Amino acid sequence: MPESRPSASVIPPVLRVRALVKSFGGQRAVDALSFEVAAGECFGLLGPNGAGKSTTLKLALGLLEPDHGAIELLGAPVPARAREARAEVGVVPQSDALDPDFTVAENLLVFGRYFGLSDAAIRARIGPLLEFAQLGAKRDARIQELSGGMKRRLTIARALINDPRILFLDEPTTGLDPQARHLIWERLKQLIAQGKTIVLTTHFMDEAERLCDRLAIIDHGRMIAEASPAALIRREIEPHVIEVHGPGYAEWSRRAAGLGCERLETVGETVFAYCRQPERALASLQQQAALRYLHRPANLEDVFLKLTGRDLRD
Amino acid sequence: MNLYAVPSPSIRFLPVLRRHFLVWRKLALPSVLGNIADPLITLVAFGYGLGRLLPQVGGVDYIVFLAAGSVCMSTMMAASFEALYSAFSRMHVQRTWESLLNAPLLLDDVVVAEWLWAAIKGCFSGIAIILVAWLLGVSRSPMLLAVLPVVLLTGLCFAALGLCFNALARGYDFFSYYFTLVLTPMTFLSGVFFPVSGLPTWLQRFSDVLPLTAAVSLARPLVLGQWPPDAARHLAVLIAYGVGGLYLALVLTRRRFAA
Repeated sequence: MPESRPSASVIPPVLRVRALVKSFGGQRAVDALSFEVAAGECFGLLGPNGAGKSTTLKLALGLLEPDHGAIELLGAPVPARAREARAEVGVVPQSDALDPDFTVAENLLVFGRYFGLSDAAIRARIGPLLEFAQLGAKRDARIQELSGGMKRRLTIARALINDPRILFLDEPTTGLDPQARHLIWERLKQLIAQGKTIVLTTHFMDEAERLCDRLAIIDHGRMIAEASPAALIRREIEPHVIEVHGPGYAEWSRRAAGLGCERLETVGETVFAYCRQPERALASLQQQAALRYLHRPANLEDVFLKLTGRDLRD
Repeated sequence: MNLYAVPSPSIRFLPVLRRHFLVWRKLALPSVLGNIADPLITLVAFGYGLGRLLPQVGGVDYIVFLAAGSVCMSTMMAASFEALYSAFSRMHVQRTWESLLNAPLLLDDVVVAEWLWAAIKGCFSGIAIILVAWLLGVSRSPMLLAVLPVVLLTGLCFAALGLCFNALARGYDFFSYYFTLVLTPMTFLSGVFFPVSGLPTWLQRFSDVLPLTAAVSLARPLVLGQWPPDAARHLAVLIAYGVGGLYLALVLTRRRFAA
């Protein structure tokens, strides 16, 4: 029996980006990018530095005008009606951009007014939002007294002041320690469970893997791959990775193709062997005491490095 | 987002203006002192100190002559300072504008709020000097009240001009050029410290189209209790700089944010 659930095609996407092109001084930052984000989905934009992630976010928010292409945010054409669309959007910028002259609670109050909310409505939200951000005790603290993780959590609380339908986060955990990072992930998962739509940029693979339902890997402004994290790993790369180093690694690498390794990559003093059937390669490694190796399942980082290369992007 | 589009601010600029006011209120004392002490010292020191050595200037005691110039100059300086250093801090250094633009606000809203706030800061300074002039008995004319709209226009005018330079700035250093190469020479060419009639004719012609000259030409007769001659022309100059400056500031700021 078919369920009477509305199909995905009936609910319009929260964000729709079509054939987007944006150049700065002749350099294409975003190149024919198209994607859609469905309601309730966590969508990740993944890419090396300078891949066009932040530019894509700015275009989606209507802060930049595209050279070509169309953007629809919450049903409104952007940038034409961006001011209207942003009333139901929350943004966590990379730089936090908190008001250093205000306390924690004042930051929320002042920001809520930009949405045309009444002081009473904002004040009613401040308590629960600070609890959510684990900043209840910091209500009257000055911004300078907050740690990096606290500032980021406050920025997330600020982005939620208007109870947005969609939340944009630009590298939400960059520069934070592991404890702070895990707390942010926990909170973002809560928001996803509440049904909020999330679009985030990141270059942390574990972040993308933990949070995102769907990922777009972009490089040089172009879409390279788009799927769920698991599907990307399944589709784009061999399931087993063996990292081999130690004396004789080069010699082993020359024999590895014959041992069932489909793809070999030498990075510095380490060989990365990617295979579907790792047994013969592992057996040969066990016989060579001098070689040290690590056998692990392929992960998103392997996919990312395969698709975007290992060259540094400074 | 045509760079040259007609400005389309919304009423949402009001909470932004309120934000600037709330921050100012927190830091009010040092900022009030800074804005007012300097022109006040100039007025008292030059007015009485230098005035004692001078015969009448423009037909009145030097401090009476200087009072109107001080009002206009302090308005100009305070509005310019706010539109340059403070606006640049909010735009570039502490990224207040970035969070504003993530809210349902356009760049036009943000710039209009900066413009009005810088003009208001200019008014604070100008009005303080008017009060001092009244307290010192420099002028007790009821027409001093008519200087208030001149102060407001002067503030709006220089706030707009300042925001043009703000839109072009890469750092704070850029602003010292504006102060030393534009504003300071203008005070000497606009009849703040001595009558424009003392300048060579070609400089007088140049002085005639400067916004500070227009402001001083309106304020000085009012301080003396007279209606200013050529008021319409001076008003037109101030308004032209203000409107033209605001539009140019918007275009330049849009260009900066489109890059």
